[in-house]
Order: sequence, then C-alpha cells, then structure tokens
Amino acid sequence: MINAVGTPQSLLLLGGTSEIGLAIAERYAGRGPLSVTLAARPSARLDTAADHLRSLGATVRTLPFDALDLDSHPKLIAEAFADGDVDLTVVAFGLLGDAEQLWQDHAAGVEIAQVNYTAPVSLGIALADRLRAQGHGSVVALSSVAGERVRRSNFVYGSTKAGFDGFYLGLGEALRPHGVHVTVVRPGFVKTKMTEGLKPAPLATTPQKVAEVVESAVRSRKDLVWAPAPWRLVMSALRHVPRPIFRKLPI
Amino acid sequence: MEDFEKRALSGWGRTAPTVSRVAAPKTAEDVVDALRRVDERGVIARGLGRSYGDPAQNAGGLVIDMTGVDRIHSVDADSGLAVVDAGVSLDRLMRAALPFGLWVPVLPGTRQVTVGGAIGSDIHGKNHHSAGSFGNHVRSMELLLADGSVRTLTPDGPESDLFWATVGGMGLTGIVLRATLALKHTESAYFVVDTDRTADFDETLALFSNGSDAGYDYSMAWFDSINTDGRLGRAVFSRGSLARYDELPKKYRKAPLKFDAPQLLTLPDVFPNGLANKLTFRMLGEAWFRKAPKQARGQVQNLTGFYHPLDMFGEWNRAYGTNGFLQYQFLIPFDRQDELRSMVRQMAAAGHVSFLNVFKRMGEGNRAPLSFPRPGWTITVDFPIVPGLDAFCADLDRQVLDAGGRLYLAKDSRTAPEVFRRMYPGLDEWRKVRHSVDPDGLFSSDQSRRLGLL
Repeated sequence: MINAVGTPQSLLLLGGTSEIGLAIAERYAGRGPLSVTLAARPSARLDTAADHLRSLGATVRTLPFDALDLDSHPKLIAEAFADGDVDLTVVAFGLLGDAEQLWQDHAAGVEIAQVNYTAPVSLGIALADRLRAQGHGSVVALSSVAGERVRRSNFVYGSTKAGFDGFYLGLGEALRPHGVHVTVVRPGFVKTKMTEGLKPAPLATTPQKVAEVVESAVRSRKDLVWAPAPWRLVMSALRHVPRPIFRKLPI
Repeated sequence: MEDFEKRALSGWGRTAPTVSRVAAPKTAEDVVDALRRVDERGVIARGLGRSYGDPAQNAGGLVIDMTGVDRIHSVDADSGLAVVDAGVSLDRLMRAALPFGLWVPVLPGTRQVTVGGAIGSDIHGKNHHSAGSFGNHVRSMELLLADGSVRTLTPDGPESDLFWATVGGMGLTGIVLRATLALKHTESAYFVVDTDRTADFDETLALFSNGSDAGYDYSMAWFDSINTDGRLGRAVFSRGSLARYDELPKKYRKAPLKFDAPQLLTLPDVFPNGLANKLTFRMLGEAWFRKAPKQARGQVQNLTGFYHPLDMFGEWNRAYGTNGFLQYQFLIPFDRQDELRSMVRQMAAAGHVSFLNVFKRMGEGNRAPLSFPRPGWTITVDFPIVPGLDAFCADLDRQVLDAGGRLYLAKDSRTAPEVFRRMYPGLDEWRKVRHSVDPDGLFSSDQSRRLGLL
C-alpha cells in the first residue's frame, strides 16, 4: 500500500534500466521495506542496477521484458503481480533515435512508434486490468515536453510522446473511479545515457531531480507534472504560437 | 443480485484513499448476507471513519458500512447495562443513556465513533488512568466469524482469547454485531474542572508527576509544540470529574442530565493546502493558551467545553486541505522522560507544525494483545502532509521503539511492518487466535496489508 506520506511498498519499473526510473526507485528504497521489480531486457546493466537497489535495502527481482514483443505483455504484467499488489508502476522505457533518420528510414520510424507508443498502450491496458481489481495504486508515465507541441526538429519522437501522453492522461481518467491514480510526467531535457552527446537544452535537469518531482506528485496525487516546473509556462506559451512563427523558432 | 456501490474511502486524515465495494446493511442478517459476497480481496467493517489512517478501507474488496445497524436494544437503569448494535455511535448512546443517569464510561476525543469501532480500536479517553480503555467495559459481544457463524464472547468466558483478540483487533477477527456495555452511573452531565497553566515542559512533567492526577477521573494537557524557546512544552492542564448533583450551580440543577454539547458550525470543504502552517498555528496556539486561566478551581463545564472542544467544529479535518494530515500518537514508559523531552524538542525544531497537541498519563493496560494503552506518557500531535514528513516520522518511530514505546493503530497511517511488530510483542499470540477463526484471511484491510498484520 502507498501510505499516508506517499511512500509505496512495492514498485514495478517497466524499463528496468531507465535512469529516471532507477532514480525514482532509489528515492523510495531505504525508507521502509520496498520490493522492486525491474522489467527489462537481461543485461549486465540490469544486474548492476538490481544490485545497487539491493545495497540500499530494497528487495529486487528482475523480469525479462521486450517492448516489441506485444503478445508477451499480459503475461509479464501477470508475473509482476504474482507476489501481491503493485503500489507504484513507472512506465519508463523509450527510444530517442536520430530525428532526421527516423522520418526517412521506414524500419527505424516504425520501431520507435512501436516502442514509444504501441508498447506503452499494450502494457497500459494489461496493467489497468490488474490495478482496477486491486482498487488502489499509482502509475507514473514518463512522457516528454516534446509531446506537448510537436516540433519539426524531432517530430517522430515528439509524435510518439504526444500519443503516449494522451493515452496515459486518458487512462488516468478511466481508472479514477477505481481508486487508481495516474501521473503523467513531462520532463524537458534530462542528462542521461539517452541524451549523451546532445547539447543540453535550456532548463536541463537530472534523473534525480525528476525523481523528486515524481515523489511529490505521487504523494499529492497530481495528474500532470512538469520537470522542472517552469516547463509548464514555456510550453503553454509555445502551444499558442502561430504556425508560421513557430516554424521559424530555433527549437 | 446487483453489486454493491464502488466508493473511494479514506480515514479521518483524508490520506491514501482507495476504492472498495461498500455494503450498507440495516440488520445483522444483512451483514451475514453481505459476508457471503466476499471475493479474494476480503472484507472489513467500517464505522464512522474516525480512525486517521487506513484500517476501515479495503482496496478492491468489500467494506461493510455498519452505521445502518444501529438499534439500541435496551438500557437498564439499575444494572447500568446497555445492549446495542455495533453501528450505534457513542453520541447516540450517550443521548439515550443520560436520562437514566448513565454515562458512557470511555469517550475518545470525539463522540462520532461507533461501538464496533470503539471495540476494534480499544479506544481510550481522558480518564484512561481511572477507567481503562473501552474493552474493559464490554461485558459481552456477538462476533460474526469468517465461516458465517456468530459467537457470543465474554471477557473471561471459554473463548476469552477471541474476545481480547477482537478488542483492539481492528476488525480483523470478525464483525462485531452487538455488544453489552457496562455504563457508569452519574448524577449529572457536567464536569467540575480545575485548570492549570505551566510555563515550560519541566513544569508540565512535574505537575503530571506530583500525584495530583489521582484526584481527577479525567485528565489531560494541551501543550505548545511550536515555540522552540523556553515556552516549548508549556501546557494548559484541564482536569476534572463528573459533577455530583450538589456540586452543580442552580442554573444546571433543573436539568442535570441534559445533553449539553453545542456545535457551532460545520467547516466547508474549501480550505487550501498549506493554510495549516507555522504562522497560523502559532497564532491559534497563543490564543488557546491565553484564553485559559492561569489557574482555576472547581469550574463547572459542559461536555463540549471540557471534553470535546473540536466537536464544536463539524468536519474539522477539512481545515488541512486536500493533502490531508496524519495524527502521530505514541506512548513511552514513565521512566523515559529524557527521550520524551528530546522528541518534543525535535518536533518543534523540525518545523512539522502541529496544533492539536495532547499530553496524557496512561494507566494500566488490559489483556488485549493489540490494545495500545500501557502505563506511560502518551503524546498526540497532528502533522499536515508535507515533503519530508515521511523521514521525520520514521525517525520518531525509531526513538519510540528504542524507548520501549509504541504507536496506536487507530491513528497510524504510515509506519512500517517491522517497526509495528517490534512495538507489539503480543502480535504473534494475536495472529494465532485470529488464524484459528479466519485461516484464509477473509477479514483484511488496507492497514492489515500495509503492516502485514495477518
């Protein structure tokens, strides 16, 4: 159960090597007993992440997870719930890709659409079924400011996040009467492996800072948060910029 | 048969809401019927929802709202015995019993609790040092078990273990349907009250320790936990006993047993988060302190004035905003005063502000393995939910544990299973009794899941 001060006892990380996801797990580990399930492709990085969380006092298990193998998702979710309730699920996997390649390379474009949108929908539906039955739980869906208004410079990625964002906001509404809470998190530029080599954008943040935003959003059951918060203002301004001008902006 | 309505439920602290199917029976037979429709998520009974945390909710499962099962079957003026359904509130029982010169022997800080809830939490009041907890006044009860049978239990009969596992058992042994309570004879519904103000924590402890408490049936102190200077721990003591007829002033003698508990207003649900802060609490606290006389003797006060000042404001929990709050009540043995002082200091220094700070000496406990009261000091504080509260409370838990103390299940909304287990050495014994009547864990709650009680 998530207690009165917003601390979960069990956590499922879909995308078990996600740096933001792991930063969230680290924040909760050691506060009380925490059992963590890391769902990810088996790798040395996954094992290192699991060991690290164990060293912080968490009980950790790993489940093999392939985002593109959609048919395996219901079984994966069933396994994640096999030991009991899951208090907090973090949907934390995704690809960034090369923006120019993505709209010109058929295979690359389809793959990112599958990983960033189709797979989260597939998992979200399987997850919703379990959460509805348990009558409680929070889902944190890591979206992106890129999905708020899709820009020319990374529109394939942006469009997958726009779809992802819309799905999880809607899922939150659908699950609300069943005691399940969904928080959509829209981080800006986060310094991680995924963005390695890219020039940090303004308002750049770290996985730890995003985790801090997530913790507070889970505690006060917020539906939508930005990381860092000023992104909300920036994006609400950008959302209303007329297209001819938007096109000329260096973003 | 149509399914029960799904509803979000939380405790009085308005934290951690979850959704359950809620049955609203009117009779004991309806309760038995509802019990047949339990799935693997189990069932828990709920009263008026005054527990602060999560014991009366059951995510994904069934909750049986007992407030409709509320007949007062009999009140006997001579023996003082009252036979009531579990859903009867102490407020109603009190109104019904007073005309017979009978008083509800244990009242918590609110009368808006049911008899079933009072048994499940084994509640205590300002008179714990003189009267013990609620379970001490239950002469018998009818308990609906997981297998659908009903047992009549008494405190010293053949199934006394189950009786005492149910007292303080947070509804996890079964559902109390009906209870026979031993009420106390009284000549009036008023209190003769002495008030004292102390200047700091040492004076507060000294006044509690000098034996004067024994002269009062009811005793508690409100203390200052906001000012970090010398005023920290200063307190307003409010102690008294039920007034005899000859102690009443003339104006009360016409109707000495009148139920005199006015309510001023019900708070609307419009309070923003963050209104409960250091500034507002400091002002309220100062006002509260100043309004009390430095010393007063023999004042006659009604129930609201002496006992339930918060009941003047209906739904007062709304003042904490939608983020809610938690109530931290702990108890530590009498000989651990240094730890107590240090904890009070930390509370003031940490900036987790609390207005409702109650300090009391507890008397002897009873046989119930999960009953909270034991001889020692108990302190109750309210904290609005803010960042960092988690770690702060976890740190307090550790100190309570180290001092041989404990937390109260009716208040707890956040502690960890291991911490709780170490605070209640009787937990294993309780589990054994519980398991013997509910091996499949049919009775379960968010709290039992969170703390791994079953």
